[in-house]
Amino acid sequence: MSNLAAENKSEEKVIKLDVERDGHGDHTRRHADRFKILLFVLPFLLLISMTLSVMLGPVSIPALTVWKIALSHFPLLENLTTKDWSTAQSNIVWEIRFPRVLLGATVGAGLALVGAGIQALVRNSLADPYILGVSSGASVGATLVILFGAFSLFGEYALSLAAFLGALLSVILVFLLSQVGGRISTIRLLLAGIAISMILSAATNFIVISAPEGEGIRNAMFWMMGSLVGANWNSLPMAVIAVTITFIYLVSQSRALNLLMMGEETAATLGLNIDLFRKILIVITALLTGVLVAVSGAIGFVGLMIPHIVRLLIGSDHKKVLPISLLMGAIFMIWADVGARLVVAPEELPIGIVTALCGGPFFIWLLRKSSYSFGGNS
Amino acid sequence: MQINVEGVSSSIQEKRIISDIYLQAKSGRFVGIVGPNGSGKSTLLKSIYRFHKPDCGVITLEDNDIYKLSAKTTSQKMAVVSQETNNLFDFSVREIVLMGRAPHKKMWATDTVDDERITVEALQKVGLIDYGERSITTLSGGEKQRVMVARALAQQAEVLILDEPTNHLDIHHQLQLMDLVKTLNITVIAALHDLNIASSYCDQIYVMNEGEIVTSGTPEEVLTESTLQEVFRVNTNIIKHPITGKIHITFLSDAMQPSNLDEREPLNV
Repeated sequence: MSNLAAENKSEEKVIKLDVERDGHGDHTRRHADRFKILLFVLPFLLLISMTLSVMLGPVSIPALTVWKIALSHFPLLENLTTKDWSTAQSNIVWEIRFPRVLLGATVGAGLALVGAGIQALVRNSLADPYILGVSSGASVGATLVILFGAFSLFGEYALSLAAFLGALLSVILVFLLSQVGGRISTIRLLLAGIAISMILSAATNFIVISAPEGEGIRNAMFWMMGSLVGANWNSLPMAVIAVTITFIYLVSQSRALNLLMMGEETAATLGLNIDLFRKILIVITALLTGVLVAVSGAIGFVGLMIPHIVRLLIGSDHKKVLPISLLMGAIFMIWADVGARLVVAPEELPIGIVTALCGGPFFIWLLRKSSYSFGGNS
Repeated sequence: MQINVEGVSSSIQEKRIISDIYLQAKSGRFVGIVGPNGSGKSTLLKSIYRFHKPDCGVITLEDNDIYKLSAKTTSQKMAVVSQETNNLFDFSVREIVLMGRAPHKKMWATDTVDDERITVEALQKVGLIDYGERSITTLSGGEKQRVMVARALAQQAEVLILDEPTNHLDIHHQLQLMDLVKTLNITVIAALHDLNIASSYCDQIYVMNEGEIVTSGTPEEVLTESTLQEVFRVNTNIIKHPITGKIHITFLSDAMQPSNLDEREPLNV
């Protein structure tokens, strides 16, 4: 009898060892290692990407010149370098390319951040920053401005302002529709988002087909697919501030985001005030998305894809997912914009086309990879 | 820590699920709730662990109305293993058990050495010490269930609410879990399906049927042939077990009725 027990035990040990060899055991240790490596490598990669992106274009500019010109614009550092560049170079680097690269990085970072937050909020891996109708609301506002010159009172800010107001309006509608007895119901939130998106898309399409001239329609289409063409130093601060605040808030709540992913009941019994937290989360992510859409249009795929890639690499802990998503989103968007500028130069592609064309196949590869469950039951 | 449920009624979408429930769990006692499917056990527990606000009645935790406490304060005192087990995302077992420390954490606080130690101890107690670095998605149903128990242990609460904790578990782990819970010496309220387990471990049992408490008392008082016939619609034979001294229930389904057994053809060997 005791022999048998001993035999069973040794058998158990063998099985356990096998499991470890299969890689289950160090699965999450790999995650932790990767996180450290990425946290160290990605900032450098971001800096290199930004430099390369500013260098590349119809007029290529050496890396050294790029940073000399950049440094010359900082009040205390301007005397560190000698001025050996032309005014034309300075203008291209500082007035055109730098704001664009920075805006691209900011928008990419912001969308990835919102994507991670929203996927935790609705516990659904299909969710992206636009799931609550933000982009379709913004499109209504933007097309009205582009095609009919609405809000002309606000001059160059008309487009951003109209897009932001449209986004806000749709989110408020979705928010109100998803409440049941003061509680936010996740499934209602998703469905209300879809319904409002459909209605507002129809409104956008109606505005587009009733537009008087062809050029405006092209511009409107361009905007709806997302573009960083409008980047300038004025459009940056708002976006940077919004991304920074959201990032700090979400990281401070990373424990709560993790709890939310475990399910409502679990989160509540572990001390999270889910009703309040969800509402704050909706408001803050919607505001950030609104700001981003206002400056760059609705750039798709980034907010959906980046958080999934990050989770595949380093696991689901938000303390790690958020910073890595931020960096990856920024880097991805910079390169997508390089593609948008260079592929059909001197013409430009809407960046949304590039993000979808690059991201789509990669995402399909991810789908075929069996080790990642996308947050579904494997 | 004592829990009192006084005159609680709860509805789900206007439909009354439980009505006028009175229940008391004295400090350190193991209280079982048994009853057929749909009798309202889970709804009662949800009301107690502050997830489903009752229509009327009061639930107190050491004389404090539980719905007047914050979610955080409650979670420091009360740990729950609910039936919600959909762990969709890729967390490691250790990360999930560490979540049990969340009630004791301020916003920016990081996990301390103490938290790590408590996590390891909790994993040890449920026999999953080697599973810490594994992804929850690779675990079996029973293993997941034990992870949830470990997380509840990590909460270090004085009250433990269990909603059918032995679901998914094989008999060895059922007994291991119940032994573990029993040795914690904290107040336990558990919805249980297995009546023999209930009789072995509970100090007090409440029997629910159609949203009401039918009877309550010690296992000997409550688990009688007539009550089980009335509530569960089964025929039973109940004895005091010679070894354990606990009452033991044998279920006599139609096929197992002595008269039917007799009629069966003897096996030709």
